[in-house]
Amino acid sequence: MSFVENYKEHFEQLLSVKDKKELSGIRENAFNAFAEFGIPTSKHEEWKYTRIGALFNRPYRFLLDPSHAVTVADIDAFRLPGHQEANELIFVNGIFSSALSKIISKGLAVVPLEEAAADSRYKQLVAAHFGNSGHYLKDGINALNTALVNGAVFVQLTKGMAVGLPVYIYNINDARKENIFSQPRSLIHVTENAQLQIVETYFTLGVEESFTNQVMEIVVEENALLEYYKIQNDAGNANQVSTTHIRQAGRSYVHTVTVSLNGGIVRNNLNMILEAERCESHLYGLYFQKGKSHIDNHTVVDNVKPNCFSNELYKGVMNDESTGVFNGKIFVRQQAQKTNAFQSNKNILLSDDASVNTKPQLEIFADDVKCSHGCTVGQLDEEALFYLQSRGIGQKMARSLLIQAFASDILEHVKLAAIRKHVEHLVAERLEF
Amino acid sequence: MSKDNYDHVETSMNEELSAIEKTVLSDYKYGFVSNIEADEAPKGLSEDTIRFISAKKHEPEWMLEWRLKAYRQWLRMEKDEPRWANLKYTAINYQDIIYYSAPKQKSKPKSLDEVDPELRLTFEKLGISLSEQKRLTGVAVDAVIDSVSIATSFKEQLSELGIIFCSMSEAIREHPELVKKYLSTVVPPTDNYFAALNSAVFSDGSFCFVPKGVRCPMELSTYFRINAENTGQFERTLIIAEAGSYVSYLEGCTAPMRDENQLHAAVVELIAMDNAEIKYSTVQNWYPGDKNGNGGIYNFVTKRGICQGLRSKISWTQVETGSAITWKYPSVILKGDHSVGEFYSVAVTNNHQQADTGTKMQHIGKNTKSRIVSKGISAGYSNNSYRGLVHVGRKAENARNFSQCDSLLLGDKCGAHTFPYIEVKNKSAVVEHEATTSKIGEDQIFYCNQRGIDTETAVALIVNGFAKEVMNQLPMEFAVEAQKLLAISLEGSVG
Amino acid sequence: MLNIQNLQAGIEGRQILRGINLEIKAGEVHAIMGPNGSGKSTLASVLAGKQNYEVTSGSVEFLGKNLLALSPEARAAEGLFLAFQYPVEVPGLSTTNFIKTAVNEIRKYHGREPLDAVSFLKMMKQKMALVNIDQSLLSRPLNEGFSGGEKKRNEIFQMAMLEPKLAILDETDSGLDIDAIRIVSNGVNKLRTKDNAVLVVTHYQRLLDYIVPDFVHVLYNGRIVKSGTKELALELEERGYDFIRNEADVEQEA
Repeated sequence: MSFVENYKEHFEQLLSVKDKKELSGIRENAFNAFAEFGIPTSKHEEWKYTRIGALFNRPYRFLLDPSHAVTVADIDAFRLPGHQEANELIFVNGIFSSALSKIISKGLAVVPLEEAAADSRYKQLVAAHFGNSGHYLKDGINALNTALVNGAVFVQLTKGMAVGLPVYIYNINDARKENIFSQPRSLIHVTENAQLQIVETYFTLGVEESFTNQVMEIVVEENALLEYYKIQNDAGNANQVSTTHIRQAGRSYVHTVTVSLNGGIVRNNLNMILEAERCESHLYGLYFQKGKSHIDNHTVVDNVKPNCFSNELYKGVMNDESTGVFNGKIFVRQQAQKTNAFQSNKNILLSDDASVNTKPQLEIFADDVKCSHGCTVGQLDEEALFYLQSRGIGQKMARSLLIQAFASDILEHVKLAAIRKHVEHLVAERLEF
Repeated sequence: MSKDNYDHVETSMNEELSAIEKTVLSDYKYGFVSNIEADEAPKGLSEDTIRFISAKKHEPEWMLEWRLKAYRQWLRMEKDEPRWANLKYTAINYQDIIYYSAPKQKSKPKSLDEVDPELRLTFEKLGISLSEQKRLTGVAVDAVIDSVSIATSFKEQLSELGIIFCSMSEAIREHPELVKKYLSTVVPPTDNYFAALNSAVFSDGSFCFVPKGVRCPMELSTYFRINAENTGQFERTLIIAEAGSYVSYLEGCTAPMRDENQLHAAVVELIAMDNAEIKYSTVQNWYPGDKNGNGGIYNFVTKRGICQGLRSKISWTQVETGSAITWKYPSVILKGDHSVGEFYSVAVTNNHQQADTGTKMQHIGKNTKSRIVSKGISAGYSNNSYRGLVHVGRKAENARNFSQCDSLLLGDKCGAHTFPYIEVKNKSAVVEHEATTSKIGEDQIFYCNQRGIDTETAVALIVNGFAKEVMNQLPMEFAVEAQKLLAISLEGSVG
Repeated sequence: MLNIQNLQAGIEGRQILRGINLEIKAGEVHAIMGPNGSGKSTLASVLAGKQNYEVTSGSVEFLGKNLLALSPEARAAEGLFLAFQYPVEVPGLSTTNFIKTAVNEIRKYHGREPLDAVSFLKMMKQKMALVNIDQSLLSRPLNEGFSGGEKKRNEIFQMAMLEPKLAILDETDSGLDIDAIRIVSNGVNKLRTKDNAVLVVTHYQRLLDYIVPDFVHVLYNGRIVKSGTKELALELEERGYDFIRNEADVEQEA
């Protein structure tokens, strides 16, 4: 049985079991797209350096049923600092669990996506934004998530509300008994003039393999502000394709930091669609890999309208046999005059077997723009190392200090103090070679 | 280039400005058709076509076999016709092309004076004199029209030094051992779709062999011209620089104006041994099509050099102003330790032209260095893409690369794209890539206007400034020509 | 030489100049002073023919020609020179090459042969000494990476090379220390003859200590509200622009 047939069974089961008329059209289109595109191979330009075909050749438990064996105590072991003062949304094996989640902020609505799609208050929003990432990610993997959407959630922050407390999102795979394939899905709506901070993380229980294929779509309305932090430090056999697709309305401000410290094959898609004038976006990323982990950060900044600003800085440190990929694309459409878009990617290779592939790209159709990109690959600065050593600092320590300095450029952009300290601590731990 | 030379170029740049102005208003000036009788193969491609070409050229049996093998390979590659480039064009009908067209001459001329006067006139119009007496600049010329080499000048003088500079057909007949040894060692027929096609049907091109320790005393140059209708040009060039030798080679290309697209699919191979240096410069000015995007040359070219030896160096310089479609990535395989690869490029697109061009630097040996300077200028409705790969292999200790890719946009209907690929598998590598995009600012134009310089001249000045780093790499004979070309190509794009 | 009648102009539909009248004769130095936003730089830009500025009314005659009908390069060729407040940077274009092009284009406009390399070099050497500019500056790309003082000196050097009839100095003193102002002013003074004229546009009086004007005009709200001799500049320096503002506003109300 080919993998398409395999998933067709799930798909049909899903269609027959539940009555989700509102989504079934989108779902069906997505399944056809999945059947047509298939799982991306390295011949697909966007997947040139990241091969996920093999991940589909092994057996997984793929659950449509929301029941699971994860307890509060299981999660406690992984909670992020500051969780006492945070809303917590929990997905288990890709399905939202309202029982385990905690919503304490006023003005924050969390509704199952199927219900939101039928609810007159949210209906139009869901229709307008659900599946928009598929216009940018033309591959089977994105389509697969949409085709099999199940246990997804719709989150809305009321107009003008500044949520004082951040929203922590945990994606948990229970691989204690068998390999798990999960597909978390969410649609987040930050209404006009509202402010939201999101921290997202991933962990796998048990020692079996997991594969998470996640899609999160976020809409940031006029004058709204979003901070989004992604922290990836899962097991070496936890693989994932994680898509964050953000649409920005006018004068909105989005600030993202992606910190990837461990995992199996990890692919992040971060799309910033600047759909109206005077949007501002900041994209920061740190990937610090060990073992045989493979990290691929794919970003798109699409400037559709004039007068937008974006700044992107991704830094990578590759150790052991790890591989890093950076693929950043800046589009400036014909209408998007006076765009300022900057992109930079810097990499350090620490070991003989580590490697890095980087593709910073500009596609520009407007003439009155300021755009630049740059990338570097190199080692730690020998002169700086020598300078530190000449002041009596041992080589090991000197190296560790320099890497910390390299990483701090990114970490300082984590504005939630508790989370910043947490990731700084994780990086420092890693530096005790 | 020495300081003196530099100053000279600077002065000649100034003096050329009025010439730029004169030519600004002229259209594609190389678009004439010469009335030369041609000896052609029937349209279309089959094993028979290849046998026809091989027979016409009196090739030995091994060459025919080699071609047929490449042809069969090409047939198997049907699905591999490249689609990844940022180019849009109607599919090429390979059966609608004439693969061999030779100007009719009674027999190969023994001296240049015997060349058909009509042919000589053609080259005079291009500004190339085939007569050795008139050629004062010290450039040896090989002239290729449609598919066939017409004449090679300065042959005697070069052969005294042991340098072989002749047409590829002649090399196959006269120096089969060298051709057998080196042909397709850098670009095998299996390399890509167009390389396979070229290997099957190539009709001529230049061959150059510089023996050990010899510094070639003059620039070697080939002028390519497509003349006949419905013809494709498939030249094949092979340059070998033995240990410690040096050669600088230039090529120029023009074609008449025709409403239909014509195909040009060349293969160029360079081989540099220990301490050898090859400098390869191109001024490509194939007919770009008219203002509405009709006609023009489809230029699909595979150019690659290998730095085989220790401390060898290969340097590509290109000024690309012509062709409707350009698909071209002159590359260097840095195999020898301490070898150096360079790529300097100016690509101009105007009206509906499309260019997807760049380079590949494959670092394999230790302490290898590469440098990439790419300047893209887009105007009109054109699209200009830089696509480049820097690959540092696992054993390439201390590899260094620096890339600079700048784009200049004139108008808001055109596009500039940058697609660098950087693959590093060795921790001692240092790779840097920088790119910027800008436009010619209204304030810059006004500043020039205020000093009495009109807008067209101002654009020419700014564009030449933008492209200077690359232009300085060109041999002087070409630098002036190339500057004029830039101005002509951008005619009417501003203001 | 220059005769401006009721000049009204603006940018993007916003009116800035509301009726300027000014006459400059050969051999004279005029200064236009005024507070920020009064229209000083707009006047300079309109005279030089900068794009986007729209003349809605009035006329400007320059050496008997209708200046407003000429392209910017023709104005330059006719002998109008604007020393920019912010000289533009052109990476990759050497200053020498730029100036040589300008000199020869202007010669061409007047039907003269271009200067050969030797004469051009001779002329450059002579003018360099006149305005005290260093050779190394001229081989660098046009204004790129120049300090504020270097840029302004380069402007004056260009003025020396192009030998204009009327030079407009737009805030040439802005961002310069006293030494630099002295050098630049010396350059301007050396270039003065009985056949040419200078229009100094400035916010402060200090430049006028070095380039002494025959007439001073105060621009306020798009109009010349007061004219006088160099003493007016001193008065302005002492009393500030407020007294002009008050006077002008009172007048307007009346």
